[in-house]
Amino acid sequence: MENEFFKNKLNITRRHFLSKSAVGLGSMALGSLLIPGLFTGEEENLAQLPLGLPHFAPKAKRVIYLFQNGAPSQLETFDYKPMLNKMAGEDLPESIRGGQRLTGMTANQTKFPLIGSYFGFKQYGQSGAWVSDMFPNMAKIVDDLCIIKTMNTEAINHDPALTFMQTGAQVGNRPSMGAWMSYGLGSENKNLPAFCVLLSRGRGNGQGVYSKLWTNGFLDSTHQGVVFSSGEDPILYLKDGEGIDKDSRRRMLDKLAELNHLGFETSGDPEVQAKVQQYEMAYRMQTAVPELTDLSKEPDHIVKMYGPECLVPGTYAANVLLARKLSESGVRFVQLYHQGWDQHGNLPNEMPLQAEDVDRASAALIMDLKQRGLLDETLVIWGGEFGRTNYCQGAFTKDNYGRDHHPRAYSIWMAGGGVKPGIVYGETDEFGYNIIKDPVHIHDFHATVMHLLGLNHEQLTYKHLGRRYRLTDVAGKLVPGIIV
Amino acid sequence: MKTLTVKLKFYVILCLITVGIASIVWNCTRASAETTSMPDEVDYNFHIRPILSDRCFKCHGPDANKREANLRLDTPEGAFAALKDNPKGHALVAGNPEQSEMFLRIISKDSTLRMPPPSSNLKLSQYEIDLIEKWIKQGAKYKPHWAFIAPRKTRVPDADEDWTVNEIDNFVYDKMQQKGLDPNEEASKEQLLKRLSFDLTGLPPTVEMQEKFLKDTSPNTYEKVVDELLKNKHYGEKMATYWLDVARYADSHGYQDDGLRTMWPWRDWVIHAYNANYPYSKFLSWQLAGDLLPNPDGSTLPSKEMLLATGFNRNHKITQEGGVIDEEYRVEYVTDRTNTFGKAFLALTFECAKCHDHKYDPISQKDYYSTFAFFNQVPEKGLFGTIDASFADPPNMAITDADVKSLLNFINKRDTAKVMVMVMKDTSKVRTTYVLNRGNYDAHGDSVTFGLPKSILAYDTTKYGKGRLGLVKWMLDANNPLTARVFVNRIWAQFFGRGIVKTVGDFGMQGELPSHPELLDWLAVDFRENGWNVKRLVKQVVMSATYRQSSVITEKHLKTDPENIFLARASRIRLPAENVRDFVLASSDILNNEIGGPSVKPYQPKGLWEVATSGRGSLSRYVQDHESDLYRRGMYVFIKRTVPPPTMLIFDASNRDQCEVQRSRTNTPLQALVMMNDPQMVEGSRVMAESLMMEKSSVDEKLEKAFRKVLCRKPKEKEMAIIKQYFDSETSLLKKDAKKAEKILNIGEYKHLGVPDKTTTAALMQTIQMLYNMEEAIMRG
Repeated sequence: MENEFFKNKLNITRRHFLSKSAVGLGSMALGSLLIPGLFTGEEENLAQLPLGLPHFAPKAKRVIYLFQNGAPSQLETFDYKPMLNKMAGEDLPESIRGGQRLTGMTANQTKFPLIGSYFGFKQYGQSGAWVSDMFPNMAKIVDDLCIIKTMNTEAINHDPALTFMQTGAQVGNRPSMGAWMSYGLGSENKNLPAFCVLLSRGRGNGQGVYSKLWTNGFLDSTHQGVVFSSGEDPILYLKDGEGIDKDSRRRMLDKLAELNHLGFETSGDPEVQAKVQQYEMAYRMQTAVPELTDLSKEPDHIVKMYGPECLVPGTYAANVLLARKLSESGVRFVQLYHQGWDQHGNLPNEMPLQAEDVDRASAALIMDLKQRGLLDETLVIWGGEFGRTNYCQGAFTKDNYGRDHHPRAYSIWMAGGGVKPGIVYGETDEFGYNIIKDPVHIHDFHATVMHLLGLNHEQLTYKHLGRRYRLTDVAGKLVPGIIV
Repeated sequence: MKTLTVKLKFYVILCLITVGIASIVWNCTRASAETTSMPDEVDYNFHIRPILSDRCFKCHGPDANKREANLRLDTPEGAFAALKDNPKGHALVAGNPEQSEMFLRIISKDSTLRMPPPSSNLKLSQYEIDLIEKWIKQGAKYKPHWAFIAPRKTRVPDADEDWTVNEIDNFVYDKMQQKGLDPNEEASKEQLLKRLSFDLTGLPPTVEMQEKFLKDTSPNTYEKVVDELLKNKHYGEKMATYWLDVARYADSHGYQDDGLRTMWPWRDWVIHAYNANYPYSKFLSWQLAGDLLPNPDGSTLPSKEMLLATGFNRNHKITQEGGVIDEEYRVEYVTDRTNTFGKAFLALTFECAKCHDHKYDPISQKDYYSTFAFFNQVPEKGLFGTIDASFADPPNMAITDADVKSLLNFINKRDTAKVMVMVMKDTSKVRTTYVLNRGNYDAHGDSVTFGLPKSILAYDTTKYGKGRLGLVKWMLDANNPLTARVFVNRIWAQFFGRGIVKTVGDFGMQGELPSHPELLDWLAVDFRENGWNVKRLVKQVVMSATYRQSSVITEKHLKTDPENIFLARASRIRLPAENVRDFVLASSDILNNEIGGPSVKPYQPKGLWEVATSGRGSLSRYVQDHESDLYRRGMYVFIKRTVPPPTMLIFDASNRDQCEVQRSRTNTPLQALVMMNDPQMVEGSRVMAESLMMEKSSVDEKLEKAFRKVLCRKPKEKEMAIIKQYFDSETSLLKKDAKKAEKILNIGEYKHLGVPDKTTTAALMQTIQMLYNMEEAIMRG
């Protein structure tokens, strides 16, 4: 890479530019795409200021968020409630429901028949955490996981709930978690964006995803999540057109830089030189990114861990493996979305398909990071946007049922990055409906993730239209119980 | 003695440095507050309020529920009153900082007493403390917020008459001189033409236009071009593009399933309104209340055109997610309309008063819901139907062939099918509006009636009437301090890259102060007095000497005015996303310059819609258009809200989620990748190369012409040398590999012209592509 950088004959103008413009630099320095190390030597620190430094020593340096889009049922994953099996068919007591508002899909139901998990549960590991039989691989690594059973939200529909989980507000065009981290911490790799997004579709009932979830909101658009695909053009427009090879691109860029240099002499605008540097970075990305996203050269033992699907571009397994590679290369925040978890009906048939697609690769990621010595500094998060009701939506039969949306309690797990391993945090009642101990609200979750990354959630602010905004809005408490 | 002097000197120097640093910080954050040293007279609006608002009002400001120690500092009554917990003390004592408890607290060494408290993460700089001290010494005089006082024309300052063209220049010159700056020279004719052409039509000047302008030496050449461009049909498109951001226009409903909607006839109306030069008063009132206004033809029903204009208030997102609670979303739509109204027309952050009284501005929660009441009368549903149930939820209106043949002849309806458009309507019985506690849709508080914040202008129902008609009258009242200022400022930002008030969406306490307050007021009043004539205003701006300056940046500029607040030069501005596309299509002569019609789907990387969709609805797959639809202007590219067109977002376009009044302007590697590899961009180079090859001209002539098409000026000798070197090296390399040339030329669906010499064509195409990638190409200098 370095080599290619110095192939640029006009590299020398960099210093010229720096000496000219104290002003242009500030505006350049913020970008997640920009990039300590682009400036070598003493400018390096300067380029990272004013942000790019954590508030205190971080436990985690990077995040991989395996978002299970559509909301997997907590009652068929980690929150084991045998009483629901015993009481199957009986109505949810009004005292438990306690006035919870219902979605339009079940609001007109006259009965709310309880239903237990169709799938068995067993306890695993030192922690003795309960895990559903659908997830044999995740079960094997429970001692690395911190399972939180008491996540809760106010939203009861997908769009606002997802938006809340990702941006800290149900509505509005606020920056997403990854954009905040990019803004607060910058990038570790000069050739890659700080915030990358990977999308996959499952086999269950799906809900779409939308670019609002990885938006920069009011932050500079350099903090926008960059969608990677595992196809042949991993970043949009990365691939040169037919007939254009690396050398011909280099020739063009060299002449282009000469022309731009003349332009700079005329206009005196430091932005011209900044532009030259952006073209250089684009050029470096053209080599660095395809090398990174090429999964075909992965060794056998890695393919075995993630499963053969990991070689099929666009699958969840392929994305998880790609996430590991991006993260290992210094991408601050890798956000995956896997669709298909919205089981309003036909849950016993659909959910195993979803589980089959994600179980092995999710567990493999933890084992893989661990064997590379990266788990300590990488925070991995697995979960959806809300939980599902303990009663059946639609017709009730013992072996087929569906579950509606439930905001009051749901389960996610975190691992690595300074989170306590091998614990189950929080308790729900025996109906799996209400939290009885240690609730973790979305704002608390965000505050804690930021803390693990060395950021004080009350201090990382951005002033927009007169107000200082935070990821945690005006709320959020740390959850010390899950921090090492 | 000697050591003491040295020490003193050191101390003085240290102080100077400290003050210097403080003022630099000040200038960065509050660039328009003009102070490099302590002002002789400290002004509340310009010096003090920005500090108090930012650091104090959150707890000692307008929000009664969050007020600490019962103390409010945003009003003199509050600040001079006896303190609640110490009736002998006063927060402020005019003329006496030492007796002003507020001052003692901000300088306190005791962190438990110091204000703002350390836990707030807020601090005052020494410079700010000194300012406050001086202000108290001078009597601690409060003034009403500048933006809430109706603008008045002040005396036009004297200026160098050799330089000035119109009043704008007098104001600008005066301020410039105060800063020790002199105006730049007038820009070269070529630079001026490119600037004008992009600013007024969003398109580059053709080589013919360049020639004509260069040759014309009559004294009013410039004005002639201005007039021609203002009459150009693409003027309306350019102006409309900004309004589409404000109006959050899109071609899909937003939210997760994100089905198709057909609001494009409304977009055609906006273009028409600008081209027909509707006064801003009409533009505004038709959009806000076209359904309620008297029909110009005397009939009792509003005209279809007036009804169509009201689509503005239906452009918000609409959910199609089965299972939502109807009222929750209905309230969300009304909220969006209210917030959009505040931001678009008043440049105020109304949304901050949805859940509680505004923390900084005098907008109470009750005010918010009183405004909300105007928009709360629509007979609509939160969930009308799930995906593809409707492309235009009621209330709506059908546009038929007959309409398009008569009144609505500006609509580009391409087939005979009728088009449905969402419009505004009020229910026959007034729906009671309640304050919603904490903003929750189901937490009804007190009922409220139509109203607007009295701090702006009292809403007198006997004078204005009720409902949206009254709202419009209130907006257009000569005493409304915001309507004209906000619009004039937005136009200014459009042409200078920065508003006179930099925060074009926030004229409140937390917004920036105007850099040229007298100019802003003069323009606002002049605009209103001249019938809200938009083209007149635009012409005033582009005719000014200020606008016509060259954009050359000197060391002095960078040192004294890097942001170009004082306008001693023209700003260099990267073209907006839509115009980057327009530029390539127009300069390579493949632009389809048709106006309006349904939005189009040009080339887009495979799978973007497919991977993000729930699989439901007609927009779950991206079906690309072909032929002339591939070459429509950027503003017609289909906007599916959940997956907006990628090149648009990469160049900072709005995702149309909410009302946006200001785009960021970034410079990223992803933009470089688009310019180098987006087939739409590359295709332009290919077509231009082929058509130049068909011309009977020398290689030098072809290269020069390409340069003029792309850069809108003649090349310099040095530039030609570099370009020729590149062209020659590519030609000789391609000669060795004929297949490569074929591959390079194999881009885009535009018909090939059948040039026999593929090698030279490909080398020329490569060279043109390099020109398109020059920094200057997509800059308007």
